[in-house]
Amino acid sequence: MLKLDEIQKRLLREVADLHEVPEGAYNIRSNSASAGRQSTANIEIVSKEDVSGLEIRIKPGTKHESVHIPVVMTQSGLKEVVYNDFFIGEGADVVIVAGCGIDNCGNQDSQHDGIHRFFIGKNAKVKYVEKHYGSGDGSGKRILNPGTEVYMEEGSFAEMEMVQIKGVDDTERTTIAELAAGAKLVVRERLMTHGDQRAISTYEVKLNGADSSADVVSRSVARDRSFQKFDAKIVGNAACHGHTECDSIIMDEGRILAVPGLEANNVDAALVHEAAIGKIAGEQLTKLMTLGLTAAEAEEQIINGFLQ
Amino acid sequence: MLELRNISFQVDAEGKDKEIIRDVSMTIPDRKLVVVTGPNGGGKSTIARLIAGIEKPTGGQIFFNGEEITGLGITERARLGIAYAFQQPVRFKGIRVLDLIRIAAGKTLSVSDACQYLSSVGLCARDYVDREVNASLSGGELKRIEIATVLARKGSLSVFDEPEAGIDLWSFRNLIEVFRRMREDIQDSSILIISHQERILNIADEIIVLRDGRVEKQGTREEIYPQLIRAETDVLCEGWAGTAAEGGNA
Repeated sequence: MLKLDEIQKRLLREVADLHEVPEGAYNIRSNSASAGRQSTANIEIVSKEDVSGLEIRIKPGTKHESVHIPVVMTQSGLKEVVYNDFFIGEGADVVIVAGCGIDNCGNQDSQHDGIHRFFIGKNAKVKYVEKHYGSGDGSGKRILNPGTEVYMEEGSFAEMEMVQIKGVDDTERTTIAELAAGAKLVVRERLMTHGDQRAISTYEVKLNGADSSADVVSRSVARDRSFQKFDAKIVGNAACHGHTECDSIIMDEGRILAVPGLEANNVDAALVHEAAIGKIAGEQLTKLMTLGLTAAEAEEQIINGFLQ
Repeated sequence: MLELRNISFQVDAEGKDKEIIRDVSMTIPDRKLVVVTGPNGGGKSTIARLIAGIEKPTGGQIFFNGEEITGLGITERARLGIAYAFQQPVRFKGIRVLDLIRIAAGKTLSVSDACQYLSSVGLCARDYVDREVNASLSGGELKRIEIATVLARKGSLSVFDEPEAGIDLWSFRNLIEVFRRMREDIQDSSILIISHQERILNIADEIIVLRDGRVEKQGTREEIYPQLIRAETDVLCEGWAGTAAEGGNA
């Protein structure tokens, strides 16, 4: 039975929409220890022996099952590196929900570096959702440095939704992916930084197989004095389609650096990068004010919509 | 009822004061559809923006239902019941048509209630309600959604700035129907449309002609409309005469 206090439960709701113990396979990590784990007939979760972390093995052909592996941290000063490997069998179709919530009320930094590797078998489909959230009013920072590696076999599909909206002081996110023929990767990143936060997100996607494709889209908002860097590189090594997009709103004294990177090593590689950074358009505020909202309410609606 | 009293509006153009609106007085009575028309650059859209509070007059006063609103901002005027449809509707990434209509209604409308507003502007609600109000929508679609948001406001004064601008003729014909219905259903409210369009002038109760920032003519449709048509015919005939004369000389 799970033993979680109210703060831990709140973090779980924020990062994994969990109100109860999830259905299907799960592992809940709380303050560096497993607070509950369940494998299913098709999904096996075991601890790694050499380092901290999990191996999650999903049998070929597993359909419509989910894995939840949220992490919550409430002890100030905790620092951990966790290695989780996902092996997704041929033809499987699963949802994986990760995410990390840190509540730091102390004055020491709390840090969770989650390194996730995905080995996606032929024709398998994965939807991966990762939310990061920080809370607590201590002076200690909340730091999350996720590393994601995605290895996709022929005809596989992965959709990755990565969200960090609130309370994480410092993030360096690195995502690399390698796609075989016919594989398709869709990434939707949503990020909001405030205060003096700093967030760096780096992607390198290699389209190695014919007809592979990647669509990496980041929408972000930088408020107060925060800083963001979005560095997305797509490498086309075959006849492929690649698209990256960085669409950002800056406010106050926020700063954003978007670094487009496209590398085509094959004449049939079609790669596109789009980037747009700007403040909220005045006419958007005006329109919502003519509908009866105050300027502050209008701003909130625009940002909420933008980060939907 | 809305009343503009001696309204002036100047802007700074290359270091000089430029008068856009010069001492304009007009009244939009209850239960009337009033159309403001006139040549381009005459100040029509500025009048609409002054009423909505997007621009502040440099002189004069504005009264709405007996209360002076000259100093009030956009939000306060909206809350008093002034609704305003943009000439060029604004796009929003991530905000759905449903969200916008709900914001306009100022309450949590059910999806089916929101759909009624879309249906009344001729959009198949099911196809639109979940779409984002972004660049994927055509000019005509955006325009109708814009009008739907104004309908959802249920304002006591609804102002439409050139509803015909930026849409194709076919969409426009359907829009006329929307305005005709609004006119029929008018109760304790009034409608102000900025327009060049004959078909819109045709359904007006009153017409105001604005030229060079001044009210040139003002009266009932029966008085003003024939004068406008005559003036237009004169201009056209002069144009033809000129062309024929040039042709004759060649």
